[in-house]
Amino acid sequence: MPFHRPEPGSLIAVAMSGGVDSSTVAALLHREGYPLVGMTMQLWNQRRLPQLVPEGPTGRCCSLDDVYDARAVASRLGIPYYVVNFEERFEREVVKPFIGEYLSGRTPIPCTLCNNHVKFDDFIEMADGVGAAFIATGHYARLGFDGTTGLWQMRKGADPAKDQTYFLWGLKQHQLARTLFPLGHLTKPEVRALAASLNVPTASKDDSQEICFVPNGDYAAFIDAYFAEQGLPRPETRGEIVSTSGKVLGEHGGVHNFTVGQRKGLGIAAREPLYVIATEPAAQRVVVGSNDDLLRAFLAARGVNWVSIHPITEPRRAQVKIRNKHAAAPATLFPTGTQDSVEVRFDEPQRAVTPGQAAVFYDGDLVLGGGWIE
Amino acid sequence: MSFYFDNNASTPVGPEALQAMERALAEVYGNPSSIHAQGQRARRIVETAREQVAALLGCPPKTIVFTSGGTESDNLAILGAPPGHVVSTAIEHPAVLEALRVRGNYTLVQPGPNGAVEPGAILAAIRPGETVMVSIMHANNETGVVQELPELPPGILLHSDGVQAAGKIPVRLSELPVDLYSLTGHKFAGPKGAGVLYVREGVELHPRQFGGRHERGLRAGTENVPAIAGIGAAAEWLTQNLSAESARVAALRGRLEAAILARIPGTSVNGAGAPRTPNTTNIQFAGLEGEALLISLDLAGFAVSSGAACSSGAVTPSHVLTAMGLSKEQAKSSLRFSLGRTNNESDVDALVDAVERAVARLRNLSPFHAVPSS
Repeated sequence: MPFHRPEPGSLIAVAMSGGVDSSTVAALLHREGYPLVGMTMQLWNQRRLPQLVPEGPTGRCCSLDDVYDARAVASRLGIPYYVVNFEERFEREVVKPFIGEYLSGRTPIPCTLCNNHVKFDDFIEMADGVGAAFIATGHYARLGFDGTTGLWQMRKGADPAKDQTYFLWGLKQHQLARTLFPLGHLTKPEVRALAASLNVPTASKDDSQEICFVPNGDYAAFIDAYFAEQGLPRPETRGEIVSTSGKVLGEHGGVHNFTVGQRKGLGIAAREPLYVIATEPAAQRVVVGSNDDLLRAFLAARGVNWVSIHPITEPRRAQVKIRNKHAAAPATLFPTGTQDSVEVRFDEPQRAVTPGQAAVFYDGDLVLGGGWIE
Repeated sequence: MSFYFDNNASTPVGPEALQAMERALAEVYGNPSSIHAQGQRARRIVETAREQVAALLGCPPKTIVFTSGGTESDNLAILGAPPGHVVSTAIEHPAVLEALRVRGNYTLVQPGPNGAVEPGAILAAIRPGETVMVSIMHANNETGVVQELPELPPGILLHSDGVQAAGKIPVRLSELPVDLYSLTGHKFAGPKGAGVLYVREGVELHPRQFGGRHERGLRAGTENVPAIAGIGAAAEWLTQNLSAESARVAALRGRLEAAILARIPGTSVNGAGAPRTPNTTNIQFAGLEGEALLISLDLAGFAVSSGAACSSGAVTPSHVLTAMGLSKEQAKSSLRFSLGRTNNESDVDALVDAVERAVARLRNLSPFHAVPSS
């Protein structure tokens, strides 16, 4: 099945970002005849931390331009439209944990936090509050129901280049049951063509790329600016750069400036290229080594959510993805005795297994589950 | 069906204003500054409206300066006054607060828990020899609380933002200690685009807009003749009908408050106990998200309002309610209902039913939002 078929007349709340994908969702469901309410989640005030964007707050997520576009689409379709204020929840559930993770030397994925805690939690609550039976978003993922297990299932989006399941592994059964991903069975070019045929005003708009609240992807500058805004001294995380054998090779300005696998910006001359192997926030040390030192055959995941299956009770073969752009690698999942953790052994060692990123488990295009890399 | 309970935001144009505007638009195309007969006809419309507004406010016609609306009137008063310190309140409209920010050198006095600002606190904030102006809104847009306008020491100008008072309560400017008074037509069944600044005879004000010598040199630019015709006709209707209409609306407001407080647990009126404009009630629904309630009511055809809309259209907690000592959560759980000429008893009863249904749904959804025991 391409996606759920809600009963005719069911009110659907469409999460509208102003981009082409969610605009097309609204146009598509409108064509199907469903009553809709469009909503844009105001997550972050782009006028905060203005020092990060000297050119001004335009063209990024939650900007006035995006709201203008979303409102224009809703108005063209003649559907009610609201901007809902989730700024406080976003700061509490996404921005602060993001900063905490970063300063602890992990490399967090705010989009997953946002999906888990804001987009599919608070948004469904808002949809409930206004009497909507379903929510719909423009994510590239497919949903279906498995009669044998009685579970909702999530599959990769049909367009391998756009598949977003890496960010959606935190969704729970009760959320899947209420969610529509009408674009999951389409490719991006098909969506653009559909958008054009539906006269969606944003049909040719660029895709958004970066993390919405961090301009230019500069995490360190964002964190500095955030601490300054809060009137807090930035935690001092300067320290040593050491080799895998513990030899001091140099100094660094803060562990949070480094991420596992990083090669640039170490400021150390060496015969062979050096990579960050690990960051040790407690000791404020950055460990560097060769490309081979980055290889790991094993990882432990915590905070595991089983998306489409019951929790595993015995080892299970899977393909595991450790970064969004990582090609899922064959591995075996081992249960640990607690449902929210799992151990992953790869058939071949993988480069740059990064604490704080997600490991997402697949069986072909079926999303089994995922968890945070320890 | 649609029911409109947001008359403090704007009102439907009344039949008398509409007729006056249609005539002015269709038949009178001259420039009021022109010497010929067409110009004189336009001039006559403007001067008739000036007399009509002056009659409503109990002041000489030549003290009435037509502007484009409440914001322009407030800006002209605040920014056109002589340099020096200004005393104002924390519950002013942004048209005053932002103008004060441009001026600099001002003190904001906080209201009490019922939303009323103590005249003693205003007088105590005056700095002898430094303070040149006091600006106090006559009636608050969000709570309807009517402020006492105190006698000031000689030499200090008193401006009052009367946008939410004019047309709702009797205003006799000759009997009030004010020197400057702002109002706008679209809050009392007149058109948008026609405002008034009352400037007491002998008060020296500097213009903010430069060009011809229109409006006693205080407001350059060709007069908006049709809108001025509209505000004049609306004022004339009120001169004859204000006391009957405000008694009728007060009874409706009483009916609305009594029904909501009796039928919906956890409700209270913000600003109760202070004198209020007869059409406004601001009700707190303990533990609820006002945003979800507002959207639910809108989807059911009932227009109400909550807090302040930020530039994106998202709702932010009302600065007026937080200044009264409400927490952010309490402010966010409050809705404003503002009645007007088009409302009747059956509308109010339908509104109460809709509010009761929406609140019941929202409270059933969220165990975290249980009604606190009082």
